[in-house]
Amino acid sequence: MRTQCNPSRFVSNSMQKVPPSGIRKFFDMASDSEDVISLGVGEPDYVTPWHIREACIHSIEHGETSYTSNYGLMELREEISRSYTKRHNVYYDPNDEILVTTGVSEALDLAIRAITNPGDEIIVVQPSYVAYVPSIIFAGGVPVTIGAKGVNDFSITAEEIEAAITNKTKAVIINYPNNPTGATMDRDELEAIADVIVEHDIMMISDDVYERLTYEGKHTCFSALEGMRDRTIMLNGFSKAYAMTGFRMAYAMAAPEIINSMMLIHQYSMLCAPITAQVGAIEALRNGEEEVSKMVREYDRRRKLIVGGLNDIGLDCFNPKGAFYAFPSIKSTGLTSDEFAERLLQEQNVVTIPGDIFGDTGAGFLRCAYAASREDIKEAIDRIGTFVDGL
Amino acid sequence: MDEQTRNILEILEEDARIVPEEIASLTGMTVEEVSQKIEYLEKAKIIRKYKTIIDWELAGENYVYAIIELKVQLERKLGYQAIAERLYKFPEVRSVRLLSGEHDISITVRGNSMKQVAFFVAEKIATLDQVQSTATHFVLKTYKENGLILDEPDQVKRLAVSP
Repeated sequence: MRTQCNPSRFVSNSMQKVPPSGIRKFFDMASDSEDVISLGVGEPDYVTPWHIREACIHSIEHGETSYTSNYGLMELREEISRSYTKRHNVYYDPNDEILVTTGVSEALDLAIRAITNPGDEIIVVQPSYVAYVPSIIFAGGVPVTIGAKGVNDFSITAEEIEAAITNKTKAVIINYPNNPTGATMDRDELEAIADVIVEHDIMMISDDVYERLTYEGKHTCFSALEGMRDRTIMLNGFSKAYAMTGFRMAYAMAAPEIINSMMLIHQYSMLCAPITAQVGAIEALRNGEEEVSKMVREYDRRRKLIVGGLNDIGLDCFNPKGAFYAFPSIKSTGLTSDEFAERLLQEQNVVTIPGDIFGDTGAGFLRCAYAASREDIKEAIDRIGTFVDGL
Repeated sequence: MDEQTRNILEILEEDARIVPEEIASLTGMTVEEVSQKIEYLEKAKIIRKYKTIIDWELAGENYVYAIIELKVQLERKLGYQAIAERLYKFPEVRSVRLLSGEHDISITVRGNSMKQVAFFVAEKIATLDQVQSTATHFVLKTYKENGLILDEPDQVKRLAVSP
């Protein structure tokens, strides 16, 4: 008689180190509820602008259904290069310094795998996007988390980063404007961090996917700082600025040696990003500016509406200057983030995400995505107010 | 145009009924600043009128619309202004536009029946001294009005929590 198979015995050790995303629980709870208002969605509530969709349809009609270069369409890489030169005065060669990927998530995974040897430490500034730590573990690296704190509006200092650096440190990951806090960093703060990066001869992975959604001040591109171009892996994408989440279109930019290593993994796993989505991305870069400006203006209005509304009902919320998230403190209620979010969903049918899912310093906070209609934001604030009053 | 003015105009263009308190919470301005700005915009005639877009077909009113293209004879010194003024005074005429190309002027006319619109064009418009010829196009269906899509399908539903 054959022995019975126990599939879990075959799962790798690194997989077992990674717990499931805390967001999943709320996904399941929200799916079971009706009349739900969601501030839990990290994606624009706009449909991709019509001219971008139309370009994709046209491309399919004309039979463009093939593979592309592993690096992505040259036309797209040239547009990406032009766009960065124009906006940040930093040049990347479309031939070997830009890789088109399926989402920033893939770009992040490739970046970490391309530079990580077993045991290498990578510093993650939290609260941060939930994929950073697991991606490091999958690559055999060791995540070292440091916490940006609410008292500093969730920015991080060069000293705090330096304190976490050891002789095993390979890189630092930052994400500004930040998901989940909406915090941004100014040029002076980033220059001080750049000095630390150079001094300790490590790399920076900068996730700039929310770059275009900056409402106050100007976004500083880390690789545009002096001496940073070849020490930085820039990650950016089309999901947030152009409302193209389902297209999974993004890119990485770095020195040729890094991009080539990333491309090798990409070549043997993904092969290339879908051609239709790449055509849409070209159209977005060429003719999408007006739509981006319109969406950013509207997000800015909603930002003011939600931050003002949360403060009015007694949830202390600092002023986020980028992305589309408000990150109010719920410490005054005496509940944990998880208790607050779970009860709010059960009792008032409003979905929010507990801040500690994104890192320890997010404990006592709540992520409220304001990429929702104004009516929904107003209704959600009313319901949150009712919930808080009833505590 | 400054950012605050653009903000107010875009918000009002989307929703004319919105109150200054709400505009203030969307823009970060005070209610008083918003009210003053709107008053200025009204006085300067940048804001011309607050109107409502109504789907009359859905409301059960069977209005008939026609677009009429006109070729006109110009009067010395008066140009197109004189004929435009004659045309826009008719209450049946909903819009008057000067065009480039084959025709000179386009008007939109609303009536209660095709017969009424046809008689109006034949008796009131075609008989004007300056009008040389008319071409009438009856509107069969309106899909979009003043930037608003009238028969838009339901928006695609997003997940309540995204991955």
